[in-house]
Amino acid sequence: MDPRPRQDRYDGDNIRHWRVRVRGRVQGVGFRPFIYCRATELALAGWIRNDASGVVMEIQGPLPALDRFVSALSADAPPLARVERVDIEEQEVAAGLHGFAIRQSVGGRIDTAIPMDAATCGACLSEIFDTGDRRYRYPFINCSHCGPRYSIVTALPYDRHNTAMAPFALCEECRTEYEGPTDRRFHAEPVACAACGPRLALWDANGQEQAVGDVIAAAWSLMREGAIVAVKGIGGFHLMCDARNAATVAALRRRKGRLDKPFALLALNAGSLRHVAHVGGGERHALEGADRPIVLLRKAADCDGQLAGIADGLDRIGVMLAYTPIHYLLFHEAAGRPSGTQWLRGVEETLFVCTSANPGSEPLVTGNEEALARLSGLADAFVVHDRAIVSRCDDGVVRADGSGAVWMRRGRGQTPSSIRLRISGPAVLAVGAMLKNTICVTRGDEAFVSPHVGDLGNRRAYEAFEDTMASLTGLLGVDPQCVTHDRHPDYPSTLYAERLAAERGIVRIAVQHHHAHIAAVLAEHGLPGPALGVALDGVGYGTGGEMWGGELLSVQGAHFTRLGRMAPLPLPGGDRAAREPWRMAASVLHLLGRGAEIRHRFHDPATSVVARMLERRINAPLSTGAGRLFDAAAALLGVCEYASYEGQAAMMLEGLAARFGPLKPLEAGYTITGDGELSLLPTLDFLRTCPDPAGGAALFHATLAAGLAAWVGRAVEQTGLRQVALSGGCFANGILRQHVRLALEAQGVSVYGATQVPPNDGGLSLGQAWVALHTMQEGA
Amino acid sequence: MNHGSGGRATTQLVEELFLSAFDNEWLRPMDDQARCDLPAGRLVVATDAHVVSPLFFPGGDIGALAVHGTINDVAMAGATPLYLTAGFILEEGLPLADLKRIADSMAEAARSAGVAIIAGDTKVVERGKADGVFITTTGVGVVDPALDIHAHRARPRDCILVSGSMGDHGVAIMSEREHLSFDARILSDSAALHGLVADMVRAVPAIHCLRDPTRGGLATALNEIAEQSGVGMRIRESAIPIRAEVRAACEFLGLDPLYIANEGKLIAICSADDAGALLAVMRAHPLGAQAAIIGEVVADTLHFVEMETAFGGSRMVDWLAGDPLPRIC
Ligand SMILES: [Fe+3]
Ligand SMILES: [Mg+2]
Ligand SMILES: [Zn+2]
Ligand SMILES: [Zn+2]
Repeated sequence: MDPRPRQDRYDGDNIRHWRVRVRGRVQGVGFRPFIYCRATELALAGWIRNDASGVVMEIQGPLPALDRFVSALSADAPPLARVERVDIEEQEVAAGLHGFAIRQSVGGRIDTAIPMDAATCGACLSEIFDTGDRRYRYPFINCSHCGPRYSIVTALPYDRHNTAMAPFALCEECRTEYEGPTDRRFHAEPVACAACGPRLALWDANGQEQAVGDVIAAAWSLMREGAIVAVKGIGGFHLMCDARNAATVAALRRRKGRLDKPFALLALNAGSLRHVAHVGGGERHALEGADRPIVLLRKAADCDGQLAGIADGLDRIGVMLAYTPIHYLLFHEAAGRPSGTQWLRGVEETLFVCTSANPGSEPLVTGNEEALARLSGLADAFVVHDRAIVSRCDDGVVRADGSGAVWMRRGRGQTPSSIRLRISGPAVLAVGAMLKNTICVTRGDEAFVSPHVGDLGNRRAYEAFEDTMASLTGLLGVDPQCVTHDRHPDYPSTLYAERLAAERGIVRIAVQHHHAHIAAVLAEHGLPGPALGVALDGVGYGTGGEMWGGELLSVQGAHFTRLGRMAPLPLPGGDRAAREPWRMAASVLHLLGRGAEIRHRFHDPATSVVARMLERRINAPLSTGAGRLFDAAAALLGVCEYASYEGQAAMMLEGLAARFGPLKPLEAGYTITGDGELSLLPTLDFLRTCPDPAGGAALFHATLAAGLAAWVGRAVEQTGLRQVALSGGCFANGILRQHVRLALEAQGVSVYGATQVPPNDGGLSLGQAWVALHTMQEGA
Repeated sequence: MNHGSGGRATTQLVEELFLSAFDNEWLRPMDDQARCDLPAGRLVVATDAHVVSPLFFPGGDIGALAVHGTINDVAMAGATPLYLTAGFILEEGLPLADLKRIADSMAEAARSAGVAIIAGDTKVVERGKADGVFITTTGVGVVDPALDIHAHRARPRDCILVSGSMGDHGVAIMSEREHLSFDARILSDSAALHGLVADMVRAVPAIHCLRDPTRGGLATALNEIAEQSGVGMRIRESAIPIRAEVRAACEFLGLDPLYIANEGKLIAICSADDAGALLAVMRAHPLGAQAAIIGEVVADTLHFVEMETAFGGSRMVDWLAGDPLPRIC
């Protein structure tokens, strides 16, 4: 709808005075200088200021000019801005109003989008590599179009005194830029220069500051010689080293105690990845986005030859492009300090391993002293600085091939932006589940999903979980009236929700895990339901305490019906079965009546005990989890018998299937019983004697997809519903996602997947919030 | 043994069996109650119902367990246990030989603990209404009124000690019940701990807490103490004594030894100043030879028990609602 006042009063060049309010992401993105320039160009008088709901301005001038001004608001907005809503109010014309002013911000109820961290922009890159610029090689260069935001904000509105830059007094020159309404750095809150801003320091492994003339040069020469350096970034520390130095990479694995889990790479630009990975159009777009996520790229043929130990055994490698001045300066050193910016577009052979500095599964390290304490023994040196990281933020992880981007982890630069829901209600706090956790807070009809918090298995992660809740509710200015959580009784998040509800006397709503998985997809696509949903993951607590994980549901708001389940498999040893895929293969052999083969087929010292556990059902809970099906297939094919990180077997299986190429499903490879139980046992039986792991992997994917499509097809007939949401961690698998989607679309079914939040448990909090809002609405 | 018409004869037979096994001056008059003298001190009473399958297991049986379990509960107040009473529910069809074996084992356990079984009762129930034998024991003892040993007395900076290896009993029972064969035979640690406790309170009367980590194991007991004392705990995985064979069995079974029952071990919490002396006196006793300081009490409003893992990471040792449930999604 056109927000402008009605045109019927138009009478030539008469003067009008409008009050214009703009909502969305309009703070900290150069919006006020943009407005200032437009207003001045059009000779409009008035003022603008930031307030808690975005920006508000008053403009006065001839109506045609006002019209053009308002059209430009969203059409020409600065790159990082997101205009969500423009409201205009007609006011009395003020006599003697001249010039356009930028006024002081005012606070109040905070109702604006949270500004995002953004990669160093082209204009700043031209300056930092210009020997004549006053910010030549300054590691904290930024402007209205780039630099840290969310990670340095302590409160809204987004003004310098509400950021980690508050302690740095602007020098004369920086102040002129900061206050110059036409300057690119006008109110760029983190603006700084070598004279007045943050400084780098190099510490040795014991935290002794090193007297080096040039920290960047020293850090680069350490890395070139094989050192592992902890580098303070935007949302936390990274451990960095030369990715082409296999001995250093091996040392990093040893020190981190990380057996096989792949490391992410940092590259200068997409062109430098030629011999490393294939970069498609969508992938290039993702790589170069201002949010600079880790993009999971398909490896090039000789990738492993060049980069031993980075992502062995997988067909994908995670890469991100340089996004901070420090990254660019390191590449600049590696390239021999060329002048100008031409080299930024050339091929740079240097690649860094750039992995989050988080010991064990603890949250990312953010403080200097904390880094020294927690990374001792991991890093040979530290590159630190005196600009504090206020909010921790991991790098995002995305797959951007085929049908659109799918996030594995939302991180720096994407979050917490709002998702508009088709339902509104009292503020809800959704606390997620346990692994890959996020939280979600709603305000009216908006849902804000937090950055990745991680696994809540230790105290630091739990503290990060509590900090995230405090900072998100604080930044949004909401006081949750309802807390919602998973049904698993032992998740720390569940206990937190119970305690919070008891202390505050607020509503508490438990949401079944797979209901939340499907709801997350319905929420982000604005589907009110009813819809079908296929939720495939490892395990989630069922409604009666049993373990679910391969579910066919129909969901309508607060309610769902379980239309089908995957045939349950015993998990011999509970969670241990998820770490040792051979146990799942043993479970399948047992179900096939071949329990006696277990001890011949596998060489684990526990084979006899596991066979016995399956016979006697000792600590072998039944689970419908689809993730364990992948484990079983991988182990039967001899692809992966032990997993050193979550999802390893499935990822390796997918890699093999991708290499093999598409294949027809196995004839009679699945069964569906009258009461909707889908079993892949015939396929697993076939894989048991399949000599070709890659072919077997492709066959498994094809047959599972065919089985799922038939399963959904049956539910479509039963219910008449023609919309299906696909969710759960198994849908991180691109082949499965693609196959199921195509097969369903061929049946005339509309398919929805997770796009803004991950399909894995990182998306659960959004689904929980959506179900809670429906529950309250239906209960009212 | 049978139930119903022949009930009276059976009961008589059984009573005679117990009488001769437990024989002592309090039982001998065959009254419906026992009268006994108590030394000076505060009275301590504990009662415990025992069910275990199988009834006989490596390192013990339900009879000895029923004696040890209740003695230990009394002893965890720092008390000296003196008398026990026992109630038996017997399933029809239980071989008399088994019952005699259990009674003899109880008698032997009580005698060597210096405790008399002074009253008891027996009921026989129909087949299927019980699982062989259920035994309820009540223990009576006295404690020096000057001692103040309670689960709510753990304070930040206190040391946490255990008297020996964790998880032996639970793994022994499970291996026997499920006919699992491991390389080494694992024995239950079933034992009466009051002798060890007597030495401990003599050396360090200011012990803050004592608890026997039975059902739910070390993890559950520490969480209970943390909750009752309003504190947190930090323990070190590498410091917790666990037998190699128990560790291996747990890995095979996918169980966490910290959640597995013990029947002859205790947790002690005392000030850091006393910890050295306490550890020394525990190690000097045969039941505390493997004693170790496993961590510290910390201030924590959330009452978390956290463990530093062998790899330098840390994980929460949480308080489970029931049996451990899978979590890996
Ligand atoms: Fe899940
Ligand atoms: Mg007890
Ligand atoms: Zn810039
Ligand atoms: Zn300056």
